[in-house]
Amino acid sequence: MSRARADEEEYWHSSKFRAFTFDDEDDELSQLKESKRAVNSLRDIVDDDDDDLERVSWSGEPVGSISWSIKETASGSTSSLDGRDSSLQKGSSSYAVLPKQGSSYSLSSLFKGELCFFLSALTDTGGKSYAPELRRPKAEYKVSSLCLLCAKIRELPTLLVCSLERFRSLQDKLVLLDEAVAGHDGNVITAVLIFLKRTLRREILFRELEVRQVALCHLIHFLRETGEQKFLLDLLRFLDRTEEVALSQYREHLNIQDVEKRREFLKSCIGLPFSAEDTSHIQDHYTLLERQIIIEANDRHLEMAGQSELFRKYPRKASILNMPLVTTLFYSCFYHYTEAEGTFSSPSNLKKTFKIPDKQYVLTALAARAKLRAWGDVDALFTTKNWLGYTKKKAPIGFHRVVEILQRNSAPVQVLQEYVRLVEDVETRLSLATKYKCHDVVIETYRDLKDRIQLIAYKSKVERGSAEDEKINSILNNMQIRWKN
Amino acid sequence: MAAHLSSGRVNLTALREAGRRELREFLDKCAGSKAIVWDEYLTGPFGLIAQYSLLKEHEVEKMFTLKPGRLPPADVKNIIFFVRPKLELMDIITDNVLREDRGRSPQRDFHILFVPRRSLLCEQWLKEQGVLGSFIHREQYSLDLIPFDGDLLSMESESAFKECYLESDQTSLYHAAKGLMTLQALYGTIPQIFGKGDCARHVANMMIRMKREFPGSQNSIFPVFDTLLLLDRNVDLLTPLATQLTYEGLIDEIYGIQNTYVKLPPEKFAPKKQGEGGKDLPTEPKKLQLNSAEELYAEIRDKNFNAVGSVLSKKAKIISAAFEERHHAKTVGEIKQFVSQLPHMQAARSSLANHTSIAELIKDITTSEDFFDNLTVEQEFMSGIDTDKVNNYIEDCIAQKHPLIKILRLVCLQSVCNSGLKQKVLDHYKREILQTYGYEHILTLNNLEKAGLLKPQTGGRNNYPTIRKTLRLWMDDVNEQNPNDISYVYSGYAPLSVRLAQLLARPGWRSIEEVLKMLPGPHFEERQQLPTGLQKKRQHGENRVTLVFFLGGVTYAEIAALRFLSQMEDGGTEYVIATTKLINGTTWIKSLMEKLEPAPF
Repeated sequence: MSRARADEEEYWHSSKFRAFTFDDEDDELSQLKESKRAVNSLRDIVDDDDDDLERVSWSGEPVGSISWSIKETASGSTSSLDGRDSSLQKGSSSYAVLPKQGSSYSLSSLFKGELCFFLSALTDTGGKSYAPELRRPKAEYKVSSLCLLCAKIRELPTLLVCSLERFRSLQDKLVLLDEAVAGHDGNVITAVLIFLKRTLRREILFRELEVRQVALCHLIHFLRETGEQKFLLDLLRFLDRTEEVALSQYREHLNIQDVEKRREFLKSCIGLPFSAEDTSHIQDHYTLLERQIIIEANDRHLEMAGQSELFRKYPRKASILNMPLVTTLFYSCFYHYTEAEGTFSSPSNLKKTFKIPDKQYVLTALAARAKLRAWGDVDALFTTKNWLGYTKKKAPIGFHRVVEILQRNSAPVQVLQEYVRLVEDVETRLSLATKYKCHDVVIETYRDLKDRIQLIAYKSKVERGSAEDEKINSILNNMQIRWKN
Repeated sequence: MAAHLSSGRVNLTALREAGRRELREFLDKCAGSKAIVWDEYLTGPFGLIAQYSLLKEHEVEKMFTLKPGRLPPADVKNIIFFVRPKLELMDIITDNVLREDRGRSPQRDFHILFVPRRSLLCEQWLKEQGVLGSFIHREQYSLDLIPFDGDLLSMESESAFKECYLESDQTSLYHAAKGLMTLQALYGTIPQIFGKGDCARHVANMMIRMKREFPGSQNSIFPVFDTLLLLDRNVDLLTPLATQLTYEGLIDEIYGIQNTYVKLPPEKFAPKKQGEGGKDLPTEPKKLQLNSAEELYAEIRDKNFNAVGSVLSKKAKIISAAFEERHHAKTVGEIKQFVSQLPHMQAARSSLANHTSIAELIKDITTSEDFFDNLTVEQEFMSGIDTDKVNNYIEDCIAQKHPLIKILRLVCLQSVCNSGLKQKVLDHYKREILQTYGYEHILTLNNLEKAGLLKPQTGGRNNYPTIRKTLRLWMDDVNEQNPNDISYVYSGYAPLSVRLAQLLARPGWRSIEEVLKMLPGPHFEERQQLPTGLQKKRQHGENRVTLVFFLGGVTYAEIAALRFLSQMEDGGTEYVIATTKLINGTTWIKSLMEKLEPAPF
């Protein structure tokens, strides 16, 4: 990010938006420096360990905090703790004195009865008809029976699961479910759903859930959590949520480690009812993995044999299996650039099979060839011939991007300069040329702009007596040029 | 340790104390010496309630992290598992219990404390594994709302948004309602409830229902809160996607704040003693607690980052001057006075040193070219420019394989600012993302679509410009140093959620009915009757207190904006903030992403 100062200024100011920058950068920077300096200078005066002051260990855990203590007690140094710990007691006990209103409430006792609303029906009635009880307006629940229940809540899970068995008729079960949903407590809803799932026929359960969306979502979530894939797919199919079925099935491939099996599985996914757009992606996913398996087998063999210079010089860092498409293309441009379109591993074959856009292709190929410092290939990438045999340079991504990528791969100035020259926008060209010290391009651009002042100014940037220096001199001495200043 | 909780308008120490009491009660139930086995996720939130000293007073001698295998040997009578009700954790517990040596004497008793709730599903699971009978006490600890600061409460429920909007599982809303009932038990019934969104409606319904069903919760406490505002996160999907530009917001964006702690690269915090400097640089990250107990942090946390430098430099001058005083101290009395101030001065100095270092770290990033480019695009989208076509910068980022979450944040932001993308644009982005990052991300894209973050435009109508103009979401003349509007927190964009809160206080939502209808979900008002005698007679000039509850998460920048409104001289309202989770765009998107198996090598 070593953008030249002048450029930077210009960049900030030319933007139509408020730059997120300090109003006056220099000032700001010096402010930070200043406070830093002040802080440093104070160190001589107060030269004691302030970690101690804050009672914070280096890692920042306050001494006595829970996560700190886990480390401490687990390592068995309990005794060393006592001293430090007692000093903290004061801090915590000072909050024992509390506003009175707070202490008169025990939160747990207040809210332990949350399931009462439908359980009260269970205990109130002798076990005959529960459903009508449930429909009773909530206000009618007797406080006393609620309190009684609160005491029983501790045994709730078993109580609940057993008691549910007493809901026999479909109607009762549905009322139970609706009550649970109305309570919004997923815990209870799920418990009821497990019960219904066990005691109702699938078709009936599915049919009833279809009109109970919230409960339905809970069941889907539950099935996903517990991995009951088959039941889940049946449910989704029943609901005609075919796209979800497809995605849910496709998700399974992530659990398959073996590539061959994964490939087979993906193949079986192609026919699933995805949206049109997704179908093509899934198809591509399968084709890509199929391709990668072939390339991998071939290249591993090549690498092991040690015959290929390329593989010897640049050993592969990882297998290409399960890599994204663009990574695969990069790999192919790196190791298999010159192969004919007929082979599976050739870049042009990948480009054609996956309909990779020109832009994407050029970017990737450029990065791969630049990494290998194959400047000839880079050149060829942008050279087009017209029918008369004239060559022309063209880049679908804009030459400024080309320059950036080359620069990132530390291309020499001679190579860089060639592409800087091709940047169409004069301003950009100048800034890139200045940034990457492509003197010739800068000089020529100023000459073409007939900007004598800038050219003279640039003299200070080049070495005295160098070829560039002389070039500037000869241009300045050229009487033919009509300078604009 | 908790002084910062009582600094605000509402004393949240009472809530913390209630939590501590409940914890003590449970510990005392398991008589004798104990070891706690922690679900690691819980240690952070618990740390905000209790220190180790409290546990120790109640005979907790050892603490371990929950992991599969045999439990470490510890000569204690009780082993207590502190866990969230998650099936995968039940499997680990099962493993622990089954491997326990039955022959050891004395035998150790097992207990489970579920946080925040017992789960039938989990107990069923333990039963199926045949270990449920091994546990003597199975209890729950309702850690619903945890006090984070004097004006901030969080449930720290990571998956709340995903559960509510992707899975239609409203359990977290149930917990939110319960948390609110707890608050009302401690701080009085909140007379007025406003809300916007489906989840808000559910929570309000549950509260009303719970109140009816538990008349015992009717209390005689003078109400501290005047108003409760419930807001669905999906009413404002835009705000978390944008990069926060307040000091605290940026710390969270860059380093991630967890349970008020941040871990920072250690280089800038090298040991300070001269002479030994450079010898052994620490390699462990530096961990700092960030809350309003630290005077300096309280002052700068909510400022736009551009205004932080000048405060730090001013502070430096003040502290330097204070230390200079020692030269003027001539008499014994003067020296004594100077010395008595030293501890405070040292604390101030160390605080200043830390924040100067953090500001430097952040500045390195905010001045980078990429940060600037990213921000420019965000601001273009938010101000409504070129939201309907494929964006060059996003394409470039994909080509350079920037982190996927960054791409998703930007694409979602564009989609939200355009009320959905044109089908062609959406397909293009999808294709590029899948080809570059892997086809399996089709699952994540699908989740984002379901959550409404990424979607095709339907009906061909873009409502965002109307919403933006009516609610004045984009302010061209923003003052970062001395802000006069909440838009300073995003250097131009005023968070929609906070604007809704602001307009509710004055002049009221009736003025924006049209826009409210464009946003998803119902808006409503409920009143809870107060017994006579508890109705508030407001002193002239006394501010109202509003509790804003963000269902599905809130960002630090939104909190800053609400604090700014609290502090406005003629504001008339002070805000306390509650949420299901403190989020930023990255953690939020991450929570919606499909968990993919790690690559097989």
